[in-house]
Amino acid sequence: MKEFLMPSLGADMEAGTLVEWKKKPGDQLKPGDIIAEVETQKGLIEIEVFEAAILENYLIEEGDKVPVGAPMAKLRSESIPGKIPEKDSETHPIQEEEQATESEGPVPSDSISEETSSKEKPSEEKHRIKASPLARSIAEKHNVDLNNLKGTGEGGAIIKADVEQAMAGQKEAPKQTPETGALKDVMKKKTEPETASKQVIKSRTSTSKPGQQESIRAAVAAAMSRSNQDIPHYYLEKKIDMLAALNWIKETNRQREISERLLPAVLFIKAVAKALDSAPALNAVWDNGLQFKNEVNIGFVISLRAGGLLVPAIRNADTKSVDEIMAALNDMIPRARALKLRSSELSDSTITITSLGENGADKVFGVIYPPQVAIIGFGSITDQPLVHEGMLAIRPVLQVTLAGDHRATDGLTGSRFLQALNNHLQNPEKL
Amino acid sequence: MTRDEIQSAIFELLKKTAPDTDPTNLKPDENIRESLNIDSFDALQFLVALNDKLGIDIPEEDYGKTATLGSLTDYLEERSR
Amino acid sequence: MSDIKITYREALKAGIRDALLKEERVFLMGEDVGRYGGAFAVSKGLLKEFGADRIMDVPLSEAGFVGAGIGAALAGVKPIVEVMTVNFALLPMDQIVNNAATLLHMSGGQINVPLVIRISAGIGKQLAAQHSHSWEPLFAHIPGLIVVSVGTHEDARGMLHTALEHPDPVIIFEYTSMLNLEAEIPADAGPTNISKAKIRREGKDISIITYGIGVYKALEAANRLSEQGIDAEVIDLRVLRPLDEESFIRSVTKTHRALLVEEAWNTINISSEVSARIMEKAFYELDAPVKRLGGIEVPIPYPLHLENASVPQVEDIENAVIKILRP
Repeated sequence: MKEFLMPSLGADMEAGTLVEWKKKPGDQLKPGDIIAEVETQKGLIEIEVFEAAILENYLIEEGDKVPVGAPMAKLRSESIPGKIPEKDSETHPIQEEEQATESEGPVPSDSISEETSSKEKPSEEKHRIKASPLARSIAEKHNVDLNNLKGTGEGGAIIKADVEQAMAGQKEAPKQTPETGALKDVMKKKTEPETASKQVIKSRTSTSKPGQQESIRAAVAAAMSRSNQDIPHYYLEKKIDMLAALNWIKETNRQREISERLLPAVLFIKAVAKALDSAPALNAVWDNGLQFKNEVNIGFVISLRAGGLLVPAIRNADTKSVDEIMAALNDMIPRARALKLRSSELSDSTITITSLGENGADKVFGVIYPPQVAIIGFGSITDQPLVHEGMLAIRPVLQVTLAGDHRATDGLTGSRFLQALNNHLQNPEKL
Repeated sequence: MTRDEIQSAIFELLKKTAPDTDPTNLKPDENIRESLNIDSFDALQFLVALNDKLGIDIPEEDYGKTATLGSLTDYLEERSR
Repeated sequence: MSDIKITYREALKAGIRDALLKEERVFLMGEDVGRYGGAFAVSKGLLKEFGADRIMDVPLSEAGFVGAGIGAALAGVKPIVEVMTVNFALLPMDQIVNNAATLLHMSGGQINVPLVIRISAGIGKQLAAQHSHSWEPLFAHIPGLIVVSVGTHEDARGMLHTALEHPDPVIIFEYTSMLNLEAEIPADAGPTNISKAKIRREGKDISIITYGIGVYKALEAANRLSEQGIDAEVIDLRVLRPLDEESFIRSVTKTHRALLVEEAWNTINISSEVSARIMEKAFYELDAPVKRLGGIEVPIPYPLHLENASVPQVEDIENAVIKILRP
């Protein structure tokens, strides 16, 4: 039995509010299934499970705000074989403890609650509840069932006060129901009924509230400050002649339905993905040392209308065709603007691109999103004079900048990358 | 379609793209994208939506002819006959 | 009898003076203890009062003069060896461990080494990495030694006397940062034991277990905590080897929670040992994991704000207690 914990959806996330459960107890979960919708500073995010399991029961309710890492639900993994036969939890928790001391030790941070789901079901798994030794002895003495108590101690452990409260409240031994059961009584947080929370979701699909924007702003501020503080940035720039690329896009789009048309951004993404072959050290993270990443997941900065940024990732961009990348953008950008991104999309980037688009500054000097080690900035494409085959020509020129983490790479790597990027953009049909 | 109907459609779809603006305030010779702060992606989406609603496709080489409210309305009016 | 106001330094001096007066065989030896009056002015005036036979200036060689002190103790006199600070105490370590601590065992019980070594320890005055150590844990690890820590004025006045009466080597840790600190003790304050921990403040919500510089800090933290409705018990360990286990186990059995505080680096310090013992002997009484607040694992920095940040301060103790009680 495992617990599904509130995931971290960004380096600076501290807590999330459960808005809606998407699965019920008893449901079979596959990897990639959305189990819940959680609201964070980054907006409403769909949370996925990453393994096959059965949703056993909820540990928190819709509307609850819990810190990252807090248990949200109990999952029963199907792959765990039967262990020690179930003990009746009423008899001698002390004995149970002594067994626990040998195998598991009293360190709270390590223990994962495995649970027999009820006395009705003869489960083969060992019963283990996180409770202080004192709480256990008191519970044993007064015949209090620790099974359904909510712990207020460190890491959710049941402590003396919790047992005494249970005794004072005169709780009978709770029946184990698929829903939260006795937990509902112990947790006094639930306020609105279910319909209200659904309405909250509906209102969120339109423009975001000012409060939401402030927290996105705050999240961006925190990440950028950290980046500036921790990462020694170096900057390289290259001017790229975009005539070939723009012509290719124009030609391609001419022959397509409007809904199939490509934007230059797609070429940027694909070209960056391919250019990383020449400089794999830029597709990496820094965690006390450089850790290369196999996948090329390109984070694409999307600015929100009311301010703030979201950076969802286009996964495996090196293996996607330009059409597939355009499809990914078509799918992701509207969801980003509506603050409806999935947890895996927001936490997977191995490198980031920021593109100002037209009518903006000529070039952009980006700030790296830790723990990534690079960010590529695409400025606006403006007509500029340059020399082509010995003659002066006016060409659409794009100024590309690379900001690199100087702990991870140096100018040579960056230059190589920009060189490769240029080459790819000169041969758009090969992208 | 009448010119008014076309303008309504344009305003409606612009409002969807840029909900925090009031497209009805646009002057005929204002550059739509600049005034409403619409980026290239959203612009494309707007054109897709326009195509869906009015059945009129704007090819890429004509993007320049449809940059302002006035010129866009003219363009669409011509092709809707 | 009324109380007198006294500095930690004056209390130490009074203790030394008492010892010199009461017992002829007692003498003080150390660097600068005579003519200079003591590196920290603890023995000021004593040379004049007792003469060069009783107050002996030694050369700058810790291994040499501690060895000499051991020899003197073996020969039947009672030296108070002063090692200026613990920072220099690694030099005579061989003498202390392999001779002073071990001769009783190696001689089959025939030879006692009734030696007292006073060592100053702790941070302060920005003396930085090599001159700010808190090495009590290193000494408390050695069987054959008795190790005590003078965290209060009462003990500054009283521990030396009892240490001198002990047949085996006693290491007394004193704290330079407390030398100017004033407190009140009874005018007739006398010897204090070197065997038991002491409850400096009774409480019921948590046991703060500490020694040395931590004692007054813990008491201050406890005062502040009481304003927040938290009633903390403060235990001054006093004796680091052998630990008075019974005292702190009794305390934790009452309060069910413990916070261990010291300035020595957090890994493998006195608190590590106390924590293990609490786990062994009071496991079923614990309502929360035992927490430790020790020195940050760095050589002590020079800048004042970093020096202060490298050891637990009153606020840190306060915050740690609150975190345990209100997670």
